[in-house]
Amino acid sequence: MKKSEIDSEKIKEDIHKKVLNEIGEQKALEMFQKMIEIRQFEERLKLLFLEGKMPGTIHQYIGMEACAVGACSALNDDDVIASTHRPNGHAIAKGISMDELMAELYGKSTGCCKGKGGAMHVGDINKGMLPAIAIVGGNIPIAAGMALAFQLRKEPRVSLSFFGDGASNEGTFHETLNMASIWNLPVVFICENNHYGASTSVKKVMKVENIADRACAYLMRSDIADGMDVLDVYYSTKEAVDIARNNGGPTLLELKTFRLCGHSRRDPNNYMTKEEIEYWKAKDPINLYQDFLIQENVLKIEQVEKIKEMVEEKIDKALEFAENSPEPKPEDIYEDLYVTMEVPR
Amino acid sequence: MKLSIAEALRKAIYDEMQRDSNVFCMGEDIGIPGGYGGAFTVTLGLEKDFRDRIIDTPISEEGFFGIACGAAIMGMRPIVDVQYGDFLMSAADQIVNEIAKLRYMSGGKLKVPIVMRAPVGVTGRGAQHAQSLEPFFLSCPGLKIVAPATAYDAYGLLKAAIRDDDPVLVFEHKLLYGSKGPRQESGVLDASNEIPDEDYIVPIGKGIIRRKGKDVTIIASLLMMHFSLMAADMLAKEGIDCEVIDPRTLWPLDIDLILESVKKTGRVVIVEESPKQGGIGAEIGMQINENILDYLISPIIRIAAPNTPVPFAPKMEKSYVPQPEKIYNSIKSLFQ
Repeated sequence: MKKSEIDSEKIKEDIHKKVLNEIGEQKALEMFQKMIEIRQFEERLKLLFLEGKMPGTIHQYIGMEACAVGACSALNDDDVIASTHRPNGHAIAKGISMDELMAELYGKSTGCCKGKGGAMHVGDINKGMLPAIAIVGGNIPIAAGMALAFQLRKEPRVSLSFFGDGASNEGTFHETLNMASIWNLPVVFICENNHYGASTSVKKVMKVENIADRACAYLMRSDIADGMDVLDVYYSTKEAVDIARNNGGPTLLELKTFRLCGHSRRDPNNYMTKEEIEYWKAKDPINLYQDFLIQENVLKIEQVEKIKEMVEEKIDKALEFAENSPEPKPEDIYEDLYVTMEVPR
Repeated sequence: MKLSIAEALRKAIYDEMQRDSNVFCMGEDIGIPGGYGGAFTVTLGLEKDFRDRIIDTPISEEGFFGIACGAAIMGMRPIVDVQYGDFLMSAADQIVNEIAKLRYMSGGKLKVPIVMRAPVGVTGRGAQHAQSLEPFFLSCPGLKIVAPATAYDAYGLLKAAIRDDDPVLVFEHKLLYGSKGPRQESGVLDASNEIPDEDYIVPIGKGIIRRKGKDVTIIASLLMMHFSLMAADMLAKEGIDCEVIDPRTLWPLDIDLILESVKKTGRVVIVEESPKQGGIGAEIGMQINENILDYLISPIIRIAAPNTPVPFAPKMEKSYVPQPEKIYNSIKSLFQ
């Protein structure tokens, strides 16, 4: 383990300063805005869903914003990511427009998957995001396969797989880590350990304290970062990505994080304790990062409200776009399945 | 030159790998020097010519099918295989939920040009190395499914599959490979052909009439196609003139070829090595019913394996697989 104590404040302070120095103030602010975009987008979705205005289901990313933003900020534009049934944070962080995202959630033909994906499958390969895979653990080998393509063609690109703690109990996780390790693939496995697989606590389904420790079974490099700390996530991801890009092999990077919302739909989190929720709320990634940026004079408190308002307007605009977009036609069902033939009827 | 199916498949892979540097193979025991070239010798020796593109995997079917899927999305053309078709079930999530659906879920923004090869057929190995799982995958939109019964078709269909932009499952029969040396099977049939020394493909979605006839249409793939030809020879002596259709591609089915034949004969027999329940016969038979019921002189007959797993005991096994005699008897009864 690179950092033996992930909560060591001294180490973190060093990392924060180092990263800020490396990325510069503008990028630091962009990352802040992205986190707010994810938070407010998800909060709006919740309302739209509860009001019955949005079809489908929701799996929200509230509380985990530092993971997607920190990790995706460490990538090049032509690097690729693979996501899960909880994909909105990754989509926004990788640069899928809010308009196309909202339209997809509304099942419109202007959506990033033309309305064929929906809330659990958003993505756009042209922006480097595989349509999200909602089979737990299903994206892990695919991400490794994208990395294999880069390796075979000797392209300096990296692939990144996001998955949760639950997925680390799936066979695909173990099979893929083994193969990525023996073939030295340029892939980073990012386990967002939010401590619950739906309603089931990780304590109930695994004995290891750190999922990162599972890497040692495959002689793979591993690391743990504070998933509530965007700069810490950035730092660890950047390190892993650089190693992968320079033929140094894969990393299993565990991000310790928490869902400050339900698993899906109307889930009221009755399986979490009040103390636990309070503990993690105190580590709200947006508040932590905001305090840091203010302390470093990168951000002024007056600016925060302005950013939030701007983001609200962006969401309003996306919503308007989605609502005014055309519905797909029933006959569109038959489009987009095969490249070289019509669907037999 | 005259090649067996195993040799024809090997040549197709070799030729395509020469032609396109994006083509690569992934599987278990496929390129180990001193090994077997996969369970049935198809990739034997290819590692000498393509060291980096013949990738031996751990025994992790779901994992490496997923890896192939990702590579395909990024522009490679992987050929993955399982040693026995039964193991497709270990990879089934990737095949059914990812490989078959990702293009659709993406709204047509990506493609998954992957070839998946699977040996099928009952060969004295009990229930788990014997199944013909074509019907399972026939019910999964997004896949194309081919089943070559001759070396000529094996070469042409595999090349077509490799060049195809959609995922293609290739079912091959263990008793038709013509594998040599220590990997030789007992009870094999000769499916070898003269392979022309030219760049040809057999188009996906095109069936072929293996034997022309006017009295009854027999539809069968792989080993059952060969058994049907044997039965047709026996029936010819009785004055019954069978037309034997080899669909070659199970999806998309060459339904026009089948319908034309049935319009002429008015009688249909569908033979398959998988259980009758939910089988290929059900699909093909209903398509005939839906389209040209009025042309049928007699009810459609399905000759299939029993609705049980494959038994081991040689006596039971022989009775499990539809034999030429069984096909002969069923068809003869149509004319009594």
